[in-house]
Amino acid sequence: MNKFDYLTPTSISEAISLHESYGDQAKYIAGGTDVMVKIKEGKITPQYVISLRHLQGLDHIIYEKGELTIGAMVTHRMLELSPTIRKEFPVLIDAVENIGSVQIRNVATIGGNIVNAVPSADSAVPLITLGAEVRVIGPQGKRSMALEDFFIGPGKTLLEGGEILMEFLIPKLPPHTGAAYWKHTRRAAMELPILGVAVLISLDDDMQTCTEARIGLGVVAPTPMRAKNAEAILKGKKVDEEILKKAGKAAAQECKARDSIRGKAWYRRDMVELFVQRMAIVAMKRAR
Amino acid sequence: MKKVSVSFTLNGDLVTAEVPPNWTLLKTLREYFELTGSKEGCGVGECGACTVIIDGDAINSCIYPILEVKGKSVTTIEGVASKDGTLHPLQKSFLENNGVQCGFCTSGMIMSAKALLDHNPNPTEEEIRASIAGNLCRCTGYVQVVESIEKAAEMIKQEK
Repeated sequence: MNKFDYLTPTSISEAISLHESYGDQAKYIAGGTDVMVKIKEGKITPQYVISLRHLQGLDHIIYEKGELTIGAMVTHRMLELSPTIRKEFPVLIDAVENIGSVQIRNVATIGGNIVNAVPSADSAVPLITLGAEVRVIGPQGKRSMALEDFFIGPGKTLLEGGEILMEFLIPKLPPHTGAAYWKHTRRAAMELPILGVAVLISLDDDMQTCTEARIGLGVVAPTPMRAKNAEAILKGKKVDEEILKKAGKAAAQECKARDSIRGKAWYRRDMVELFVQRMAIVAMKRAR
Repeated sequence: MKKVSVSFTLNGDLVTAEVPPNWTLLKTLREYFELTGSKEGCGVGECGACTVIIDGDAINSCIYPILEVKGKSVTTIEGVASKDGTLHPLQKSFLENNGVQCGFCTSGMIMSAKALLDHNPNPTEEEIRASIAGNLCRCTGYVQVVESIEKAAEMIKQEK
């Protein structure tokens, strides 16, 4: 393991100025379940590791007037154990409950999972489906953007040198909205998904007509993606078996699944088709 | 490399380690304090052999930076039995119910189980399995481990 100094700033401005001083030799660390592994494996060799764990005000879960704010330093375990998340956003529970193990979830942060930006990030798919916005702060000040646009490639985000992800904002959802996520794996714990599918559906007062549909897919493209053709098929329609089949097929067509050690492209497309339908059914149950 | 000084509570005692800043908690436990009960299996947070409890929560000590332990309370397998040597019900139960085969995963299994039982004295089998999902045993299976934890939960209840 390379030698590094481990710095523990207590304010955001101190963290940013430390990063400014050391530039490319510096690396931010949150829970460290990815960064420490990369350091141990020699994939990164920072001289200065800057901890974000002692910064104030980045570990909140606030649900107010239908808007949800999640601090970037919130651990997966905090989300899993939050009664508010369990009641109002079960789609996030679907995702975080199966990330890593208890030991990992106690430490790994939602912000870290997003910044790490692997195509298989379980928390990313439900968050883009919920329409999450990310707020970041850096040497040039604050800015925000849609999480969907934040990912630009495997391991790559719009985050610039010295910037810190602060929080996620999930805007108020329409009435009668439900969402569900499926992590498709062999054993779930300690495993990366073969693919991930999240579906969000809002229903009209008749509880049958779809007023809003959002479909998020993980692993089947270089970044977590929305299946917008499939969404368009559902919007404004009465949701029945036939239309769900059409949407499933469309999602399978628009995803960019490829062969990898965890699954073949054809299999992934077939599973996207299937789980878009199944998750839509769970989402509608939750909407009602 | 320069060393840093880190003070924390280790198995009930206030301690200070003088170690390089890039050390992990596991390395510090094993090489500075010579507490070798916590094992290094994979070294990357996947196997759970290094599991210890920090402020009530099970964590993988092999990827936990030592400087993050400052001011916290760490419990390792060495701190599970009473100071007079009386074994914890989990330790008794693992022995009585064949929860141990080669023993490499055992410290981690017991720490994960302890974190569970401390929070939830009446776990279901599913909750037990979820609590040790990050503890890999490569000897055999998990049936006797799960039984050991179930029976330890009963022993704890009877003691009370």
